[in-house]
Amino acid sequence: MADIEAPLVAQARKPGQFVIISINNEYGERIPLTIAGADPEKGTIRLIWQRLGKTTAELADLQEGDEITNVAGPLGLPTHLEKFGTVVCVGGGIGNAPLLPIAKALKEEGNNIISILGAKNKELLILEEEFAQISDELIITTDDGSYGRKALVTEPLKELCQRNAKPDQVFAIGPAIMMKFCCEVTKQFDIPTQVSLNTIMVDGTGMCGGCRIEFDNKPKFVCVDGPEFDGHKVNFDLMMKRLNAYQDQEKKALEQYKEHQCKIEQIEP
Amino acid sequence: MTDKERQQLLQQLLEKQKTDKLKPSDRYDIPQQDMPEQDPAVRRGNVNEVATGYTETHARLEAMRCLQCKKAPCVNGCPVQIRIRDFVTAIAEGNYKEALDIIKENSLLPAVCGRVCPQEVQCQQTCTVGKKFKDPTKGVSIGRLERYVADLNKNSDSVPTVAAETGKKIAIIGSGPGGIVTAADVRRAGHDVTIFEAFHKPGGVMVYGIPEFRLPKAIVQEEIDTLTKMGVKIVYNFIVGRTRTLEQLLTEDGFDAAYIGVGAGLPRFMGIEGESLIGVYSANEYLTRANLMKAYDFGRGADTPIALSKKVAVIGGGNVAMDSARTALRLGAEKVYLVYRRTEKEMPARIEEVHHAKEEGIEFHILQSPKRIIGDENSRVVAIECLKYELGEPDDSGRRRPIPIEGSEFRIDLDTCIMAIGNGANPLIRQTTPELEFNKWGNIVVDENCKTSMEGVYAGGDIVLGAATVILAMGQGRIAAAAINEYLAKK
Repeated sequence: MADIEAPLVAQARKPGQFVIISINNEYGERIPLTIAGADPEKGTIRLIWQRLGKTTAELADLQEGDEITNVAGPLGLPTHLEKFGTVVCVGGGIGNAPLLPIAKALKEEGNNIISILGAKNKELLILEEEFAQISDELIITTDDGSYGRKALVTEPLKELCQRNAKPDQVFAIGPAIMMKFCCEVTKQFDIPTQVSLNTIMVDGTGMCGGCRIEFDNKPKFVCVDGPEFDGHKVNFDLMMKRLNAYQDQEKKALEQYKEHQCKIEQIEP
Repeated sequence: MTDKERQQLLQQLLEKQKTDKLKPSDRYDIPQQDMPEQDPAVRRGNVNEVATGYTETHARLEAMRCLQCKKAPCVNGCPVQIRIRDFVTAIAEGNYKEALDIIKENSLLPAVCGRVCPQEVQCQQTCTVGKKFKDPTKGVSIGRLERYVADLNKNSDSVPTVAAETGKKIAIIGSGPGGIVTAADVRRAGHDVTIFEAFHKPGGVMVYGIPEFRLPKAIVQEEIDTLTKMGVKIVYNFIVGRTRTLEQLLTEDGFDAAYIGVGAGLPRFMGIEGESLIGVYSANEYLTRANLMKAYDFGRGADTPIALSKKVAVIGGGNVAMDSARTALRLGAEKVYLVYRRTEKEMPARIEEVHHAKEEGIEFHILQSPKRIIGDENSRVVAIECLKYELGEPDDSGRRRPIPIEGSEFRIDLDTCIMAIGNGANPLIRQTTPELEFNKWGNIVVDENCKTSMEGVYAGGDIVLGAATVILAMGQGRIAAAAINEYLAKK
């Protein structure tokens, strides 16, 4: 997690939007990260990410005060906010980060917020405190049962849908597989469900189309048509495969980076 | 023709000129000067520029082929009306500096346009010499001459004079060819100019799109350097419409006028089955990864990956299709097919690019088009199923309409498929600028001065014209700049 000085982005950003960042101007990769919060007064935005590939690892290895060469944004369409009634906010893993500003804004709109936060284990659960502050009801699940309920997020979600007063709207943000199964649940109960997608991007402004998904059998660009979509119309299976398009190359890049870091550590006293 | 023969011929002609003028027949007899270029077998393994440029002898001989027609039909063929006959005459006389000055009256990017303009459908199409040989490519090689004098001036420190500061602020949105010339022209008038670029590097399509082997990035950088020397500011990672809206720039940030030159942007897909499979790219994405993000150096410093392709099909027949196909070769593909639904005659690409692509071993599949894209169990593309086509009656574009032949399906095995079938208008400005008028295709509506429906806002290039060329974007940029200067003088 880091707060990054980007005054214009901090001022302009709305819930649901993301930035594209890159660390090195000549050779850096451009990656999209959803904005987890902002302080317009201080001129900072909050980014939360997980070490996955080389760029996220490199980002995590930066020290306080270091510079991120490029931060472009805010990008994407902001979340559509209104008073739906009862809204279930389902966050999985790192997805809690982009979900938080959306849940906050929904609360401000006067919605009744039920949050379900899922994580692999207790250590990997983030932003519980923040969600507790804005939620009328908070449910925690972990895969291993080390904290909260031992379950996948879909279990409590299903129970909520079965209540007499079923939720009016669901927001689900997390790993693609989680969003897929959340949508399968809510579809049975016919509850509108928004998901926020984080596909591979290059420019983030509609120019390359690398982020495209199949939506209602038609191509849509996550960067300019999204990142939020009606989850019931998203082809998640295809999207998940596209996310792995460069898996082998990414693995290699990460290994190279790790090796490089090890060598540096050996040299440094 | 050897270098020695070329020099001898030039000497003979110069001698002859001392006593009497060259007759048209003398000029027709001068063989057209081909551009020296890298050997196809060598160049497909590197990203260096293909055409290496004229020598002085080449240039003077080629310029002497010009008949110096009274009416100079070439000028009318040029979208920005460069005084072509006059600059070619200056080259024939050995006055290269004068030639460049003549070009610069109308064009600010001769080193770029000399390389990427489709001369055979512009100035060379109307060239009398080309008409005599019934082939515009056999006319005077105007682009090569333009490039020659522009390159001679390379590394010159000359910076255009800037008038006294007016205190008026202008926002230029996009640092592509249109933005660059508009910025230069309004800065010359003494205005305070800021270019807003969404990417982390300047140059627009000239950097992310057109590959190094066709337009070296150093040339674009030089143009950008000239701008900054003139005092133009460039802000990167700034997406007008998102970081700040156009309205905010004009009302809160103190800009008195703006020029929108954001390009076309949104890549088109065919709407067929399988287009979202892994290994199917838009040409924009493929070229951006390769050019701007330097994916060819992945694993050797660059962090942006690109498909490691063996067999590639590029769909389309324009310059972008040729660029994609030739880039794929340079990235190591063993087979590259170019699939186009009409014939070579209808291809919108520059003839030189078609010629170069063929020389490099790109296989042309004309009168064919994919019907669906086939993937494996991991959703990776493995083949395209194509239909064969025949040409029917001319359509709106004047080109004969391709008609699919029923039952002609066949399969091309591949691992990468690149769609180079054009771009739609980018919705970013439209989504965030309700005051601005757009047409039904999403292009900005402008008048003959490139003025939009918003006070003080001008636009040009692809976002107005749809898919166009560097020279057209530049032409509109100049018109807009003149209009902005006039508007601000009155304001």
